Amino acid sequence: MAAETQKKEILLPNERKMSFKERWGYTWHEMKRNKMCYIMLAPFMIFFLVFTIIPVCLALPIGFTDFDMAHFPPKFVGFQNFYTMFLEDDVFIGAIRTTLIFAIFTGPLSYVLSFFLAWLINELHPVLKTVFTLIFYAPSMAGNIYFVWQLIFSGDTYGYLNAALTELGITTSAIQWLTDANYVLVCVIIVQLWVSMGAGFLAMRAGFQGIDKAMYEAGAIEGISNRWQELIFITIPSMGPQLMFAAVMQIVSAFTVDIVGRSLAGFPSTDYKVHTIMTHAFDYGWIRYEMGYSSAICFVLFLAMLICNNLIGKLLGKYMN
Amino acid sequence: MAKKELKPSQIAAQIEAENAAALEALRKRREKEHRKMEKSKGTNKQVGKSWKNDIGIFLFLTFLGLFMLLPIYIAVVTSIKPVNEIFIMPPRLYAMDPTFDNFKDLFIVANNSWVPFSRNVFNSIFVTVTATVLHVLFACTAGFVLAKCRFPGAKAINKIVVIALLFNSQVTYIMQYIVMAKLGMINTYSALILPLIASSMGLYLMIQSVSTIPDAMIEAAKVDGANLMRICWGIVMPNSKPAVMTIIIFQFQAAWNSNGGSLVYDEALKTIPTVVQQIAAAGIARQGAIAASAVVLMIPPLAIFIAAQSNVMETMAHAGMKD
Repeated sequence: MAAETQKKEILLPNERKMSFKERWGYTWHEMKRNKMCYIMLAPFMIFFLVFTIIPVCLALPIGFTDFDMAHFPPKFVGFQNFYTMFLEDDVFIGAIRTTLIFAIFTGPLSYVLSFFLAWLINELHPVLKTVFTLIFYAPSMAGNIYFVWQLIFSGDTYGYLNAALTELGITTSAIQWLTDANYVLVCVIIVQLWVSMGAGFLAMRAGFQGIDKAMYEAGAIEGISNRWQELIFITIPSMGPQLMFAAVMQIVSAFTVDIVGRSLAGFPSTDYKVHTIMTHAFDYGWIRYEMGYSSAICFVLFLAMLICNNLIGKLLGKYMN
Repeated sequence: MAKKELKPSQIAAQIEAENAAALEALRKRREKEHRKMEKSKGTNKQVGKSWKNDIGIFLFLTFLGLFMLLPIYIAVVTSIKPVNEIFIMPPRLYAMDPTFDNFKDLFIVANNSWVPFSRNVFNSIFVTVTATVLHVLFACTAGFVLAKCRFPGAKAINKIVVIALLFNSQVTYIMQYIVMAKLGMINTYSALILPLIASSMGLYLMIQSVSTIPDAMIEAAKVDGANLMRICWGIVMPNSKPAVMTIIIFQFQAAWNSNGGSLVYDEALKTIPTVVQQIAAAGIARQGAIAASAVVLMIPPLAIFIAAQSNVMETMAHAGMKD
């Protein structure tokens, strides 16, 4: 008992159990004391609130309505949109499948690929490091030069790929890369991979550079005998934060595959082969102006991204410790 | 009495000296770290290293690198091919008779539309510069406060910023449009500029980078009597130059490539990417002009990135998520 009271006395004011009124009084006092912080935070936060927080939070409420931008207020329809989405809209079910295919290929594959590229680049001479980093990052900087891929995958013999294949005698006639349902998905995945070495890749490159060289020397003394062991026991554990950041970037790009497919295969694509959830939301939002349904789709996408983010965070966290 | 009055100024001078020393020490440490990063690995004793291995890696990376560069190379080559070469069969990977006709064509085509092309160029530059400057100013102050000040709500906001990395403007575009329509921003410059300012990526990088600056330096400045604004712009930002450069580059790229096609419908407000998209809609016949425009669009972000490459790498080293 005596020990308990003694403990209480040592506790700082913000750690002590306070009554509701006391706590709010304290918080209010702290807020007034840090007025300047809020003033400095305000300009960014106002824009952040209006253009990020509110739009994200609006997805669910608008998802419950039938809203076409012209009729105010939006008509409340309850779970109708979600019901239609999962039980009646075959294209959406197809879009989930397509998104998952993209997510598997461009997500983990491009994640592992950018990790290995960063690793290999790190083994080289500093000048070469800079050059290769630039080369691999360039596509995500070049913006929208998808038209070049259209030239490469063009369905006639003007297309670079078709021309090359006929020259080499592999094929005898031109293949419709972007309109044939068998090929279009693979083509779009290749382009998506091409464009995916973004901020996550840079973070990994920097992560490799930041590792203390002494760790490797210590590792060599401890009995690490090849580069794979070095990678698994030293490199990966000391790059946790960068890996996590890159994972977030990867989730974003994997779940929002849309514009590449639309610019390459056209909209709608053959048999909805590259029709992702994002493309579906674009379809209903911008073409049919059914903002309610489109918002419901976006909400489902947000949810999927958040769940995926938490799962990966937990997995990586477990591995690191 | 006189002695007592003198004391505070002496203390101030002492603190100032300590401050300067701390700054100098930090700068030296940064430089050292940087040099360590740059230094070649010639001296280390990593296992399994050999001359043969390095050649293998180099060849592999060169092969992949060629694949990465091929589309960009084709864009450049197509942009300097004369019309008769564009339609040669099979297509060639080089130009026999390079010309700048396509670039001239681009300006003619673009000038023949509703508004002169110079107007679109102005729009692009105006949008990019305004969005970048405002974003950097706001993200720097906000990043400093979130990284270094303790006040009610700071932790919650930090968490929200991390989660918000998931929701970039591509995903929230439709809801953003609804909000902007409600605020009457559609078809104005604000529709193009304001959403770009709120990019959570820049703020996140700033927070991560500022957290590496020692608290003691900020405390010393506080004792000195500097207010938060002075500390932020006088002490913290000069020591976070790489991070500032990095968010300038990222923001510049995002703003320069942003296609506000559905946010503005007035020709006089459209930016270069939107106009290029319209020209590209003419299809394969305008190939040369499209390639020329792609090359023109590509150059500014590329040039800026090359110029500031080492800054970016230093900032990204702090970009990791610690929890």
